[in-house]
Amino acid sequence: MNDWLTTILIVLPVASALVIAIAPFSTYWLGSLAALASLIEVGFWITAASKFHFGSSQLQFAQRASWFRDLHVSWHVGQYAFSLWFVGMTVVVMAACTIYGWWVGRDRGRAYFALMLLLTGAIVGVFTAQDLLLFYAFFEAMLIPLYVLIGVWGGADRMRATITFVVYTVVGSLLMLASIVILGLQQGTFDLTQMSTSSSTWLFLGFVVAFAIKSPLFPLHGWLPITYRESPPEVTAVLSGVIGKAGLYGLLRIAIPLFPQPVHDWRVVMLVLGSASLVYGSLLAFRAPDFRGVVMYSSLAQAGLIVLGLFAHNALGFDGAVLQIVNHALISTSLFLVAGMVERRTSTGEFSRLGGMARGRPALATVIMVAGIISLAVPLSTSFAGEFLILAGVFQQGWAWAVIGAVGIVLAAMYMLRAISGVLHQEVGPAVSERATDLRLGELAVVVPLLLCLLGLSAWPNLVSGHASSSSTAGWTRYAP
Amino acid sequence: MIAKPHVDWLALSPSLALLAAAGTLLMVAVFVPRVARRQASAFVGFAGFVAAFVFAAFLDDRSRHGVTLVHDAMFRDKWSSLAQVLIAGAGAVAVLVSYREHMRDEHVAEYYALLTAAGAGMAFFVQASNLMTLFLGLEWFSIALYVLTAIDIDLIGSLEAGLKYLVVGAVGSATLLFGSALVYGITGQLSFDKIAASGHRHDAMFVVGLAMIIAGLAFKSSSAPFHQWTPDVYQGAPTPVTAFMSSGTKIAALVVTLRVLQTAFPQDGSLWRWAIAVIAIISLAWGNIAALVQRNVKRILAYSSVSHAGFMLIAIAAANPLGARALLYYLIPYSAMSVGAFAVVAARERELQAPVTLQNLAGFGWERPFLGISMWAFMLGMLGFPLTGGFIGKFYVFAAAYERGWWWLIVAGVIATMISAYYYLGIVRAMYFRDRAELQLAPAGGSPPSDVLLDAGVLVALVVTVGSFFAVQPLIDLAHSAAGSLPF
Repeated sequence: MNDWLTTILIVLPVASALVIAIAPFSTYWLGSLAALASLIEVGFWITAASKFHFGSSQLQFAQRASWFRDLHVSWHVGQYAFSLWFVGMTVVVMAACTIYGWWVGRDRGRAYFALMLLLTGAIVGVFTAQDLLLFYAFFEAMLIPLYVLIGVWGGADRMRATITFVVYTVVGSLLMLASIVILGLQQGTFDLTQMSTSSSTWLFLGFVVAFAIKSPLFPLHGWLPITYRESPPEVTAVLSGVIGKAGLYGLLRIAIPLFPQPVHDWRVVMLVLGSASLVYGSLLAFRAPDFRGVVMYSSLAQAGLIVLGLFAHNALGFDGAVLQIVNHALISTSLFLVAGMVERRTSTGEFSRLGGMARGRPALATVIMVAGIISLAVPLSTSFAGEFLILAGVFQQGWAWAVIGAVGIVLAAMYMLRAISGVLHQEVGPAVSERATDLRLGELAVVVPLLLCLLGLSAWPNLVSGHASSSSTAGWTRYAP
Repeated sequence: MIAKPHVDWLALSPSLALLAAAGTLLMVAVFVPRVARRQASAFVGFAGFVAAFVFAAFLDDRSRHGVTLVHDAMFRDKWSSLAQVLIAGAGAVAVLVSYREHMRDEHVAEYYALLTAAGAGMAFFVQASNLMTLFLGLEWFSIALYVLTAIDIDLIGSLEAGLKYLVVGAVGSATLLFGSALVYGITGQLSFDKIAASGHRHDAMFVVGLAMIIAGLAFKSSSAPFHQWTPDVYQGAPTPVTAFMSSGTKIAALVVTLRVLQTAFPQDGSLWRWAIAVIAIISLAWGNIAALVQRNVKRILAYSSVSHAGFMLIAIAAANPLGARALLYYLIPYSAMSVGAFAVVAARERELQAPVTLQNLAGFGWERPFLGISMWAFMLGMLGFPLTGGFIGKFYVFAAAYERGWWWLIVAGVIATMISAYYYLGIVRAMYFRDRAELQLAPAGGSPPSDVLLDAGVLVALVVTVGSFFAVQPLIDLAHSAAGSLPF
């Protein structure tokens, strides 16, 4: 059973998607089925987490079967201590978003729920694949449902959004494919656990560009504004919460461990890009005219901060990055979902037409406050722990990086407080009618568990960060010079 | 008395089964009453392709060692029998797609007769082992296809397409013939083995002959810059014919290209590898860039077939066992995707009674969920996305290029794939993202009856497209043993 856990986590949502695609039920029941499937998925993850030996540095729940022998490609999946948390945040976020989609009653439910579940399976696959080609297959497979989810259920300008999104990601991932083919054939295996390191800068850049587009990192974030604005809110939440994390995961699982020499040579460049994303994203977030814009650019900033942690190239930075990835997945999902809820009530997200929503809507106010406060890394919160670790890590590379990181955190407080007050406080905006209700039970059922996870992590961040680098031989520690 | 050569009937059985079907169909045209002619002829055509499929599969199983037949005129080996399996499979699906195609009753039996005859020609062509049988096979299936292209005289553009195909195709055949004559003139040999055995030559005439053979075959595989007929013919021909042509001709021409080059001209590898690589890059560039500006879906698919010829030529240019494997593997999902995609186009065409453009695909994916999802899978497959065999095919092609040390071919392939994302996903976009309200055209005569046979054909194509992603190992084993027939 244990060996099968990872495979089950991948196959279960895909199989449910197929069932939903052909089951002769009404949309409501299909939605229930999808919600149930995503909750069962969470259940399996909890089982996995409870059986996980955090002290061990080995790949766990691993399963391996040859796919095609002549090029040594295999179905090899498994989880390290940090991958477990990536999978955990994925299943939680996807469950929340799927259930939210069910609650708002997306039209063409059959396709919608099938695609959401397919996406879940693909993302879990990305975080657990231990074979490069398999990783790539999952990485590309994510794009298939996303393309349709944005293109069909997106906003008015969705056509342009899908083209921009697809052009960016396909360009990146195909560069990565070229790198994968060459790297795998050079080494005679595609198995990540057996690969030795490479010193080719070109191959390294092929990977890094793909991951930087996905994350996204400045200056490759051109797809971000239009895609995040035009997608349905729960899809934006998925994009920012977990899809972007696939890029960061790629950096920490593939680019950094496999290419120690290029990482060393390019470290400063990556740190500069991370800093630029952090500062630039924060400034844009501060200027953004709408709620979604703030959360959107704050994800750019956060990706930059996480890259600082990853390329700090020490255990502190690595632990902090993993913790902050999990934090930000939960925070940005909550915030984007809440932004969607606000938009549903007021049909706009612009601060000029919002305001004063706290009065008479205590649940909405509490949810936004909690998510916002955690996201601006107030001390005692889990994101404070994550950002502190990252800053401590990057400090060892030079104090200037830590200063930039600290500036970013100050900016985070500025833009997040501005967003909170723009929605909740000040005068009642023209778009806010008296009849705009407080959060409904269904909406709370989606957001509150996410916030509870965050509060739980705030109490015990070490749960994630404590085992990330120290227990992982697969992480960069194995190859660290 | 003339000594009769020994004839291995089993080795000829795929062609013979299809020829028998063609002959029977001509009888059907005369003797079966008009009311039953459509059913009867479709049945006989289907039976012919299925029989050829079974024979070819049996032949594949029974040909452990490659041998030549009938005074070295033909090969009996796994390389040709696997290609025959694919051709027969594509033909069987094309029959399913053809069944409800609008056709004059007096032509319907001849239509299937020509289809099976074309299949027989291709099956014969891939077995060719000397320059005579090579040309004979080429002309055999080409002439059948010329007529098929023009057979629907009620279809606007069909006749024009047929004429274009005839003229350009004849140029291609003549080029091949002229090239063969030059090679024969220099070496004094017709059979591939003996040409190879006659040694390496630096003769200009020999090189020109080789170049002309390559060009003649490139006409058939519609590789740029010899592809000029492709978009017009694909667009003008009845869609089921296009479906068969796009996969069958491509399989036959590419399989034979590698065979001829590797068997007859192994010493000149340094010459033709470069030539093929250049043609591959031109095909990739031309096919993909031209497809970007097309609106008609059949034309888009035509240019996409040019670009796929480019991908497969990369495998040929690599000219190593991995490349041969890559070519045969690539052809499996490619032929399925190609037949399937044209089948979906045919379904939409019958619904609208109008040419299918990006504009009037609007809402198709939601109206016809099965066909929509299938088309989606075919487009993703052609793009080389995971969950389809197209992904593994491209991967193998790149691997072959890498093994040859030509990493720049990988780069060219990757750039081509990036460009192609625009139009493949454009078709998905047209089917799903646009509302039915945006459709400029009302479906003629409401919703047509669902076409079970066409759906079955599409299902087969879908299963092969997706299945080849999961069952890579058995298919690669097949391709591996087939590639073993070529002298590397």
